[in-house]
Amino acid sequence: MDNDSKMEQIRTQIWLEEPEPDNLFATRAAYCHGYDVYGGMLGQSRWVEMLYLLFRGEAPTSEQAELLETLAVALANPGPRDPSVHAAMCGGVGGSTAASCLIAALAVGAGQHSGGREVFLAMDGWNECGTELAAWQLRISAPPDNKASIWPSPEHPPGFDPHGVSTATPVKQTLTRLAGIIPDSRLAWLEANLSSLELFAGRPLSMVGVAAAAFSDLGFSPEQGEMLHLLLRLPGAAAHALEQWQYGHKKFPFFKVELDNDPAGRTE
Amino acid sequence: MNGPELLLQNADILKSRMGACFPGERAVFRGHDLHVELKDMDWIELYVFGITGRRFSPQQLRLLNAIWVYTSYPDARIWNNRVAALAGSTRSTGALGISAALAVSEASIYGRGIDVRAINFIVRTRKAIDNGSELADCVQDELKKHRGIAGYGRPLSSGDERIAPFMALARTLGLDDGPHVRLAYAVDEYLLAGRFRLRMNFAAIVPALCADIGLSPQEYYLFVFPAFLAGMPPCFIESSQRPEGTLFPLSCAHILYEGVSKREWQSQ
Repeated sequence: MDNDSKMEQIRTQIWLEEPEPDNLFATRAAYCHGYDVYGGMLGQSRWVEMLYLLFRGEAPTSEQAELLETLAVALANPGPRDPSVHAAMCGGVGGSTAASCLIAALAVGAGQHSGGREVFLAMDGWNECGTELAAWQLRISAPPDNKASIWPSPEHPPGFDPHGVSTATPVKQTLTRLAGIIPDSRLAWLEANLSSLELFAGRPLSMVGVAAAAFSDLGFSPEQGEMLHLLLRLPGAAAHALEQWQYGHKKFPFFKVELDNDPAGRTE
Repeated sequence: MNGPELLLQNADILKSRMGACFPGERAVFRGHDLHVELKDMDWIELYVFGITGRRFSPQQLRLLNAIWVYTSYPDARIWNNRVAALAGSTRSTGALGISAALAVSEASIYGRGIDVRAINFIVRTRKAIDNGSELADCVQDELKKHRGIAGYGRPLSSGDERIAPFMALARTLGLDDGPHVRLAYAVDEYLLAGRFRLRMNFAAIVPALCADIGLSPQEYYLFVFPAFLAGMPPCFIESSQRPEGTLFPLSCAHILYEGVSKREWQSQ
């Protein structure tokens, strides 16, 4: 942390910017992994192709782009029952800033119950177990040690619904749709071995489990999958937050409270 | 009970021992009327009571207060503070900038990530030594597992300016000689003798002192959450007062591109 007069630089393999001749701080051309974003990609590239390029450094094949786009549609709105969307609506209903609504959705959707960290852990499972059923059985029965971390110890096998009874229809629909895009994929293996895996876990597969397999098929690291899961679920959170502001707080649930230790000896 | 039955049992009601607001009437905080029984608490006392449900002596509270004082540096170069400052520079809101800066303080190489590992190490090691383990074995195990010991060594320097004044205060309060603090110093001596170049820093001594006054790892983690907070508003304010966008402006030359060469985008 010394005071050094020389120019400091941010290193990147992702992004090159060339300045306008009259201003070092204005961009004349920007290149993403070598591709001219405004001069070559704009109007030619789909949003998911840009997304894939940013994280993986190469343009996706048409199958990969289709897989990512289909997954993005499946993840776009977890719906108002989802805790992350609920959190965003808690911001929206009170007229909190737009960013705080998204921050709320990110924070609540970051965890090990249907959130980004669960995607990370499930993808870690794909890296370790691949398509070896016995390896999955072992990992689910003896999960890796997670002590001394900011994250609590997982309370259910990542990728499975702790409160589920049977595989939810949208989970099956998404898995079937995604598994059909790339032959011999992990998604296809997951679909073929679903009953065995659900037996090991004692719970049905969740959307997180499908997303983790898809991200894994796309070649993303667990860290990248965690980021993308956070990112791709934001559109629904944003829309529902704005909608609740329109409805107003009187139409938003406040719920009853029951205190075990009320000093006045009462409950609401 | 599990699955949908467990969820149904918890629907529409908050069952709590932590508290509730009865608008227009009163507020209950961990079984006490906030405005009657707890009204004379200072803020840190209430914060620690909220985390633990326990009361602490004036000496212990003074020490806990000092932890926050000694870790708040209004230096906008520091990564978390820089977030608050950049929010000021971009004319965002103070709450957004400072909230994000606090969230960023949950890092792997400093802040909350280190705090959690450090208190787990000191509590676990003390138990192991009480049960007959050797200090050297505990330290070597930790080094092997994590390639370092949380709280020993520091990302940007080798010394720590906070330890001497903090321990001087702990001495005057009679809180400097607990078993975890003695262990923290014993680890430092062991590492020094072994020429590991990992000197004890504030992140090792603080959890030791907090463990000695009875905080569990989770309680400690929540207590230190605002540790850097007081340094953040000054960073936000100063950058808000500069012309907009002038905090650490990056020209195109500030970006060192290390990626692939320019290439043509091919539409799929």
